[in-house]
Amino acid sequence: MRLLTHNMLQCHVKKCTDPALNFPLQLQDIELEQVETEENEDLLLNLINKVDYNALTTTAAQLGLVGLPNAIPKDPQADPAFMTRLHEVLLETNITQGKMACRGCGHVYTIKDGIPNMLLAEHEI
Amino acid sequence: MQSTSSPTAPHLPTPNLSHLSSGQDYANVYEPAEDSFLLLDALEADQSLLLETVRPQLCLEVGSGSGVVSTFLAGQVLRTDSPPTDYNSTATLYVATDINPDAARATRKTWLQNGLPDHSLQLVNTRFTEGFHPRFCGTFDVVVFNPPYVVTDPAEVGSHSIAAAWAGGIDGREVIDQFLPMIPTLLSPRGVCYLVLIAQNRPDEVVSIMETHGLRGEIVARRKAGIEYLSIARFSWP
Ligand SMILES: C[S@@+](CC[C@H](N)C(=O)[O-])C[C@H]1O[C@@H](n2cnc3c(N)ncnc32)[C@H](O)[C@@H]1O
Ligand SMILES: [Zn+2]
Repeated sequence: MRLLTHNMLQCHVKKCTDPALNFPLQLQDIELEQVETEENEDLLLNLINKVDYNALTTTAAQLGLVGLPNAIPKDPQADPAFMTRLHEVLLETNITQGKMACRGCGHVYTIKDGIPNMLLAEHEI
Repeated sequence: MQSTSSPTAPHLPTPNLSHLSSGQDYANVYEPAEDSFLLLDALEADQSLLLETVRPQLCLEVGSGSGVVSTFLAGQVLRTDSPPTDYNSTATLYVATDINPDAARATRKTWLQNGLPDHSLQLVNTRFTEGFHPRFCGTFDVVVFNPPYVVTDPAEVGSHSIAAAWAGGIDGREVIDQFLPMIPTLLSPRGVCYLVLIAQNRPDEVVSIMETHGLRGEIVARRKAGIEYLSIARFSWP
């Protein structure tokens, strides 16, 4: 899964409702790879409205991915360096295996073959 | 989900599924059948609505199985050589979920096999859209679900294996009825949702339920396949 997918997911254990803690999930023991893909300006502009940028920069910093500014530039299209870095972090950084732990309740979700498993047992829903 | 006659091919080419084999993959993942193909036909029939009016930026398939539907939507319906508008289909993001991990893997294989870019498909192994951040409420422009609709013993509902592909419990409605109230929370203001139903699910009743949720519903395709009377319901905001 790309970092974009991680940015879309949160803990959904029933009692885990604090939005400051159930998102973003903490990546642990992950295997990372960089997959080169063509940059697509329209797709990035579409995604800028959909990502939680603070969560993205926090996660990127934890993974040692530097170079994203603290805030989205006013006119992102006019900032090719930003667009390229956003593309690399969001769409080229791929997690093949690992875990995502909730900072609220400690629940651990696994990532296998690049696919996050968000299924919960009946009593956790 | 019976297949007595050979599937009716849609006008647009059906995705290449040669990488999936009946013995291995289809033991664990739903093999595309008449219900899947009727859904493809309904999407194809709506091609101009989708390209000109909906202009999807974010699409969701619940229960993607082999991936045939999302791959057809992305690779055939929305990607044309002569787009009627300045709509850029390569900027569209796709989300696919399945309760069955083998299905999620098969969906990715089919997507890649048909030349679609890996990064534009976000796959998640989950029930419906559980685990998605609430900011995605009301943002999906296209939502499709070919649900487990077969009338079965309620005890068969809720597995994560191949039985999840068809077991619908009483009236085949158990999973469908859980999904219906989610549709208005998923759809964007211009969004459309396509849902596969059979006669035993009482499509007209499903349409009236969605009307109580404020959505307009219509049966846009019907076909008899073996013992099943299949239909495709389409929902949108009035
Ligand atoms: C009839 S098959 C359809 C597969 C494929 N979309 C097609 O049309 O050929 C139903 C799919 O939904 C999945 N499924 C069943 N219940 C689900 C749920 N609650 N959430 C997500 N996926 C579910 C099954 O695992 C199966 O892959
Ligand atoms: Zn939690």
